[in-house]
Amino acid sequence: MRIDAKGMHYRPMNKMIRDAVAAGEKEFELDNIGGQRYIGGGLNDSVKITINGTPGNDLGAFMNGPRIVINANAQDGIANTMNAGEIIVHGSVGDIIGYGMRGGKLYIKGDAGYRVGIHMKEYKKQVPVIIAGGTAGDFFGEYMAGGIMILLGMNGKSPIVGDYVGTGMHGGVIYIRGKVNPYSLGKEVNCLELNEEDKKLIGSYLKEYCEHFGFDLVEVMSGNFTKLVPLSHRPYGNLYVY
Amino acid sequence: MESQLPAEFMVNVDHERCRRCKRCVINCSFSAIEFKDKVTPNHRLCVACHRCATFCPEGAITITENPLEYKYGYNWTPEIRKNILKQAESGGIILTGMGNPRPYPIYWDHMLIDACQVTNPSIDPLREPMELRTYLGAKPECVEFDSEHISLETELAPQVKLDIPVVFAAMSYGAISLNAHKALAMAAKRMGTLMNTGEGGLHEELASYTDRIIVQVASGRFGVTSKYLNNSALVEIKIGQGAKPGIGGHLPGEKVGEDISKTRMIPVGTDALSPAPHHDIYSIEDLSQLIYAIKETTDYKKPVSVKIAAVHNVAAIASGIVRAGADIVMIDGFRGGTGAAPMVIRDHVGIPIELALAAVDERLRQEGIRNRASILVGGSIRQSADVVKAIALGADACVIGTASLIAMGCRVCQKCYTGNCAWGIATQKPELVRRLNPEIAADRLCNLLTAWGHEIQEVLGSLGINAIESLRGSRERLRGVGLPQEALDILGIKHAGIGQ
Amino acid sequence: MKCDGLMNPEVSKTSERVHQRIPSGCAISGMMSEEGRRIDGRVIIKSIACMHDRSNGLGGGFAAYGIYPKRKHQYAFHMMYDNVEAKEATEEIFKDIFNVDMDEPIPTHRENGISNPPLLWRYFLEAPENKLEFISERDYVMKMVMRINSEVEGAFVASSGKNMGAFKGVGYPEDIGKFYKLEDYSAYIWTAHGRFPTNTPGWWGGAHPFTLLDWSVVHNGEISSYGINKRYLEMYGYRLELRTDTEVIAYLFDLLVRRHKLPIDKAVMSLASPFWKDIDRMEPEQKKIATAIRQVYGSSLLNGPFSIILGHSRGMIGLNDRIKLRPMTAARKDDMLYMASEESAIREIAPDLDEVWSPRAGTAVIGTLKEEVE
Repeated sequence: MRIDAKGMHYRPMNKMIRDAVAAGEKEFELDNIGGQRYIGGGLNDSVKITINGTPGNDLGAFMNGPRIVINANAQDGIANTMNAGEIIVHGSVGDIIGYGMRGGKLYIKGDAGYRVGIHMKEYKKQVPVIIAGGTAGDFFGEYMAGGIMILLGMNGKSPIVGDYVGTGMHGGVIYIRGKVNPYSLGKEVNCLELNEEDKKLIGSYLKEYCEHFGFDLVEVMSGNFTKLVPLSHRPYGNLYVY
Repeated sequence: MESQLPAEFMVNVDHERCRRCKRCVINCSFSAIEFKDKVTPNHRLCVACHRCATFCPEGAITITENPLEYKYGYNWTPEIRKNILKQAESGGIILTGMGNPRPYPIYWDHMLIDACQVTNPSIDPLREPMELRTYLGAKPECVEFDSEHISLETELAPQVKLDIPVVFAAMSYGAISLNAHKALAMAAKRMGTLMNTGEGGLHEELASYTDRIIVQVASGRFGVTSKYLNNSALVEIKIGQGAKPGIGGHLPGEKVGEDISKTRMIPVGTDALSPAPHHDIYSIEDLSQLIYAIKETTDYKKPVSVKIAAVHNVAAIASGIVRAGADIVMIDGFRGGTGAAPMVIRDHVGIPIELALAAVDERLRQEGIRNRASILVGGSIRQSADVVKAIALGADACVIGTASLIAMGCRVCQKCYTGNCAWGIATQKPELVRRLNPEIAADRLCNLLTAWGHEIQEVLGSLGINAIESLRGSRERLRGVGLPQEALDILGIKHAGIGQ
Repeated sequence: MKCDGLMNPEVSKTSERVHQRIPSGCAISGMMSEEGRRIDGRVIIKSIACMHDRSNGLGGGFAAYGIYPKRKHQYAFHMMYDNVEAKEATEEIFKDIFNVDMDEPIPTHRENGISNPPLLWRYFLEAPENKLEFISERDYVMKMVMRINSEVEGAFVASSGKNMGAFKGVGYPEDIGKFYKLEDYSAYIWTAHGRFPTNTPGWWGGAHPFTLLDWSVVHNGEISSYGINKRYLEMYGYRLELRTDTEVIAYLFDLLVRRHKLPIDKAVMSLASPFWKDIDRMEPEQKKIATAIRQVYGSSLLNGPFSIILGHSRGMIGLNDRIKLRPMTAARKDDMLYMASEESAIREIAPDLDEVWSPRAGTAVIGTLKEEVE
């Protein structure tokens, strides 16, 4: 199904998509998108949505299955509380992406904004993954409770990530292709070298990632990665007295 | 470091009556009673939960406050001195449970209700109709009919029916036990009211009650999926809680067992941390964005509620929430309960629900938007009279947390955060959870609501009205006693002795 | 209490009104010709006088429709003034807000039992075009009525509709009727009220009917839901400062019918709604309507004992509360519709009736002027 979204409000447009999905439609191409919110929000089926234009906030919120490809930059709040599915952004994204994300993949070609992957968590087989090809702002992985975040810094901008990286982190793992200043790290984070298992793990995701955006996997993998994990699963165990 | 803190309570055992059945030992979940030849208390560990005394077949146990006298000091109270000792020994934030116990004014107890005499008749509630039915949800300003004046053209936003204007408060599975959750769900269904998951997700065993369940979306987003949102009576965004406005929550990892891990969708044993803010809401327009994200996900079929703590600027905040698209505003007063909160916050932050409610209802009326959202209030609704007064001040319905726990057996010992609840309510230990029979607890909850329902009908009858909507916002039927003019002005009521 | 003039109260006229709300018991009567035939005021006086013992001499009044046919396009303001200063202050405002086409004293007749009347004056007004750019004419007039009632000390708008007027005061209704020389007026709708206030000696403005624009209400009983009805109306800019529950009825009709455009039967349903147990048994479409009306208009539900007769330019509506705590009888004879607190008050003026019935609780009796009648 092809929808010309020019001048359309998100409400009728998303309803049109929901109704078509219910009727069995599997593929959507949305043209002239300009700021429409919640695209793919709450959808449970494995449909494909291609977006031409800049989608609005909260794209893929509570999403559970679809694959969304965005041929432009995207805004704030992508993959909010997303449960499953795939979002591929051929550009950069805004702030608070992947908030409370519990599953699925969010692949970004360019930069990500502030507070990426806050309170991302995993549950059993659901392991959310965020990969951004450029840089990211402060509070990267704040409260992170599970999942995998990879930041590549391919565009050479510095610093690759802002301050308070992984502050409050109590689960999951962050890989950053480059050095992170100790003063930029949250105090609940431990900084490690990659082992063979790590390399295998990121290699499999990055292979997929490079295929989407045409990066050279060998070049990407040749970088010097830093691995960040939480010091404890109970960071605040001794804060209280009864 | 050895503790210098004296025991808070003394467990007194009458050894002449005691027949050494050890039931007290088995029942004490705080290890305050041992058996060494005879029943031997460890006073220091007693929290006065009454479990031992309740189950002693001989009535041989009494609990008293430790009679240890402190040198009198109006300023340096024994409690303050004890808290300092505790912190000097630990360096920790003092954690506590249940609602604010401090002697701030309770405005409910300074309001009196009107009754009819002669000029208009009272109504007999036992034999004449007396309607308590309430619908939660946004109402349009007016309804429209077609040109023939026959069929309705206005499509109302989704409405949730309550047979009694009292719903159970948000208490997460984690803070309280699954048996407690089951009891609340069963009672809600039987009584035609609602229970609230709190922020801990929905256990699969409650699947058959979902039309009576408010599902909460809090900053931790635990267990929040599109299925969770759609299997509900309504969805509530939790911004704040009366007992701890402006701060997040920590469910300690030791409480996150297999079942809780499943409903919260996090691994076993990890801390469940709720951030202080929703990180997708840093401003009112962001709240609107989340409200509509939920509405999109639920196809506009579920009312969306926003729960806030009663804070100084609550009226303006509530107005913003209504304008942001919420169908319900839930306001939690500063005396509201909690499973765990820093004492400094619980006891010193927020404002009383009575004043917050009055300010919010009046503000929404001044702005002409009162119809756009229902108002739910909680934060120490203790009895049916409080419900009547709250509705007369302008609430659509009330929310009860602590009262419902007491109905199930809670003794308000304020030790919820320890996970040792002897009554099987605020605990996840299987041997303690077993103590709470969900069927019996549900009966007790139903009895409480049935009794309150009758009492509310009695008051309506004496007011000469036979539908709850004629009480809602009718402040003319309340009078203040012993309140300063400023409080009367905020409450929008006259002082007792002033006629119509 | 039966003698006229037994109580000869210190009448306080208009200034009393801010202090207290006055509950009252009462007698009501109404009559209309659906053909639009004009009937002079002696008939309705006879009817309400029959129920003398239901009132106590502290208030009586009448509303009459069709009485100013030559000025039917102008707003007829019946004013009560405590003193000349109030009159001057009001006229100063009138000059500013209306075009005053004509004004004159309301003709009265010295009558035993009526003492110390306020200054009674009537005005025929038009709303100036240039004031109506952002507001409808009737909303504008309504606002001006509210303004004068609340802002001008000692002035009170007794009625403000077109081709209609209210005649009311402190006294027994039959005396009030003679005092106002109602025999000189011909109307196709007449309503009347005899008052039994339980509170203060009364105030001329506090007598029934209460009016706003074309709406007039005579009311027997007390509205126990006054508190919320008042706050609901205040949300829509009504100022309820007359301290009587009756004014909420007039304003609710104005809000629901004129501003929200509810059909009369639906407006009635919102004021005396069916019980939920009955709504639950309705056919789906009816159930949907009744449910929506209760959900949306809970705050306009009139709770407590009442029977009312509402007059408006195109008809008359009788209604009592939903558990029928106040009496009401209705009757028909040819094109005439009658309603009264007691059947005897109807028989007094129409002994030979085609049909007499007691309307059911919460069920309105609706009389409508034939369409061709002007």
